[in-house]
Amino acid sequence: MATAAHSGKNYLNEKSGLWSWLTSLDHKRIGIMYMISVMIFFAIGGTFAMLLRWELFGAGPTIMNAHQYNQTMTFHGAIMVFMVIIPGIPAFLGNFILPLHLGAKDVAFPRVNLMSWYCLMVGSAIAFWSLFYHGSDTGWTFYTPYSVTTQNGTIWLVFGAFIIGFSSILTGLNFIVTTHKLRAPGMSFWRMPLFVWALYSTALLQVLATPVLAITLLLLAMERLLGIGVFDPNLGGDPVLFQHFFWFYSHPAVYIMILPAMGVVSEIITAFSHKTIFGYKAIALSSVGIAAVSFFVWGHHMFVSGQSEIAGIIFSFITMLVGVPTAIKCFNWVATLYRGSVRFDSPLLFALGFLFLFTIGGVTGIILATVGIDVHFHDTYFVVAHFHYVMVGGTLMAIMGGIYYWFPKMFGKLVNEFWARLSFVFIFIGFNVTFFPQFVLGAMGMPRRYFDYLPEYEPLNRISSFGAWTIGVGFLIGLGVIIHGLLRGKPAGPNPWGAKTLEWTTASPPPHENFLVQPVVTAGPYEYR
Amino acid sequence: MSPAASTASRFTPYAATEIAKGWDALYAFLLIASLISCILVIGGLIVFVIKYRRKVEGEKTPYISHSTTLEFLWSFIPFVIFMVVFVWGWKLFHDFRKMPENALEIAVEAQKWDWTFGYKSGRRVSGEFYVPINEPVKLVMTSKDVLHSFFVPAFRNKQDVVPGRYTTYWFQANALGNYQVFCAEYCGDKHSGMLAKVHVVTREQFDEWLSNDPYKGLSSVDIGQKVYAARCVACHQLTDAKGVGPGWKGMFGRSEKMADGSTITADENYIRESILNPNAHVVEGYPAGVMPTFAGQLNEQELMGIIDFIKTVK
Repeated sequence: MATAAHSGKNYLNEKSGLWSWLTSLDHKRIGIMYMISVMIFFAIGGTFAMLLRWELFGAGPTIMNAHQYNQTMTFHGAIMVFMVIIPGIPAFLGNFILPLHLGAKDVAFPRVNLMSWYCLMVGSAIAFWSLFYHGSDTGWTFYTPYSVTTQNGTIWLVFGAFIIGFSSILTGLNFIVTTHKLRAPGMSFWRMPLFVWALYSTALLQVLATPVLAITLLLLAMERLLGIGVFDPNLGGDPVLFQHFFWFYSHPAVYIMILPAMGVVSEIITAFSHKTIFGYKAIALSSVGIAAVSFFVWGHHMFVSGQSEIAGIIFSFITMLVGVPTAIKCFNWVATLYRGSVRFDSPLLFALGFLFLFTIGGVTGIILATVGIDVHFHDTYFVVAHFHYVMVGGTLMAIMGGIYYWFPKMFGKLVNEFWARLSFVFIFIGFNVTFFPQFVLGAMGMPRRYFDYLPEYEPLNRISSFGAWTIGVGFLIGLGVIIHGLLRGKPAGPNPWGAKTLEWTTASPPPHENFLVQPVVTAGPYEYR
Repeated sequence: MSPAASTASRFTPYAATEIAKGWDALYAFLLIASLISCILVIGGLIVFVIKYRRKVEGEKTPYISHSTTLEFLWSFIPFVIFMVVFVWGWKLFHDFRKMPENALEIAVEAQKWDWTFGYKSGRRVSGEFYVPINEPVKLVMTSKDVLHSFFVPAFRNKQDVVPGRYTTYWFQANALGNYQVFCAEYCGDKHSGMLAKVHVVTREQFDEWLSNDPYKGLSSVDIGQKVYAARCVACHQLTDAKGVGPGWKGMFGRSEKMADGSTITADENYIRESILNPNAHVVEGYPAGVMPTFAGQLNEQELMGIIDFIKTVK
């Protein structure tokens, strides 16, 4: 059977040279290319975050002026959303794992897959060009009419986001077709790993929602360049219309960011408690349910925008409904741990960290969904804290957990557990120190996107800045762990965690087309009996 | 004047309206419910991972696929709580948004980066405004440029201010004091400096303040003329003669050659700039550094008055 494995050939060493990577159609190599690009983008976006927290260390100007602050804030947001969190799990971990999870040789359209990566690269290059060209200071939301009147750099950033959108759409399309057509014999929908369910739900959102963003950004560009009035009241447009269009994409985008993270957590929790998942169908269907409902909640970003009272009430109600499938998932994960055989390796620590932080992010989400409460919290640091608890505490924790979990599969090597756990300790503690005070700042009324603040907000801002630097240290340790693992990691073997999904049945790293013998599936994904 | 001035030691600002107190009550309920949920989930998590940590490799775990009863319960109970919170939040939101009748109406105009408040009496003020205690006040707001948002933490309410339309905001303050107004919708470089104060005073103090308007009943041109007579006449004549500064006759709309060689038309923006930042562009033939800045000394109404007055000097 294992002639190729015995010969030592795998996807990493089968061909060599930079060109063989840049033209590779292998989903695993493309996944690794995403990993490297996303890590670079994360380092840039993270550096901006450190600078922001440095500026906010004290009231008054600290290291930059207001205009530079606004540009830094804009690029931190745009990079983290469009270049890190949206492609982070689906395009990087999803690309690598989805075909392996399904027992397939590759994704359905390998060339389109490569093209998606190039879309991300070209779009990102254009977005970064705007930084050097003139900057942009609109915030990542590009609200009109401000974005129509401000500097020219905005148009490049918008254009970059437009191109990146195609990367997202094509990846989603690829994953939907792959999931439908390339499952191994015997793998019914109810035998798919939950990460696949999460990716599938995400892909639906990517395909259906991202075009709306593309259209919106195109309209914005037409307004700026050609003076066609859509959003600018001076031209007869409606600025609130832009918010409707923008959030019609960007709210589902929030679930593009979090659903795959939930999938990763499902995989890790079942593997490290060595126990079948509790409520498989409920978790699988709740992913689809969240995806479906997420299309009808965009107005909760606009409770005070001037939309009607009745619209606010309806959006508040529907937003509450999202809480139900989300709560189901949390309870099911905890129930999976019950009577398990729990092993505290770094992936599980990050998954538990996810649960801890996501729970706080979730309950504060309900607080914000309560329409009468949101009128005070809207556009304050309470919102900033809430979405960082979900996006960083949720998604980034899951990415880190996913990297540590699948690292042995990707590179055939084990990371240093001590340092991996230490990176968790720094990130987890630093995260709470950074963002918990921001809930209080928001309750005290400190608005977001403020270059300067009243003196009474200083102590908590100072604590928050110290926390941010602690997170920074944690991620640097994590980077060290990954590099050390690549260079010096001990051989992992095909299945170091004793997990049951298909990717662990092939060699680590896997051979070119994943499986030497086509796997045949006869049972569910988590058969720990 | 009141406890409201200091908010630093509190986790939420002083509540200066009845609705704000209602907000605090719902928020307290939500915090307690959130705390209980977190203790359940996170506590369960911690207990389970410690109690069921792996003792030996390869130990068996029970195969528990699901429990319909449990899953129903932890879907249904959160649903009920969410609905309670939703209806309560709806009620509160309705209170915030239901505009009272017979309210004192104030027109609010936002622009980068200040707030102007206009009273029915004709009085216009910037940066701060006065309202009487225990009386409903309704703000009718619009923006001259981009989106802004009127936010008073002590009232627990905010409303975006949108160019090209009116949005409304109301409150009935029940505690004397000075309350902070923020702009909460990002609007550019001085977004964080777009602040104002609302002074809640007694009806008598309010009436006195309102009737003390030095420009009561005057047109904008008349206001400009009054300011001219008090502040500008020493250096600027109403003919086209050159004094310390240029005479104003025929000045408006004229193209002027600047000391730096550029040409600028003396329009509203140039005049405004010359009053607030006189050395930015000095007309050729006049030394820089002579005219002092009037920034902080003249309010928007007075600036507009001067501009309107200059337009009439032909």
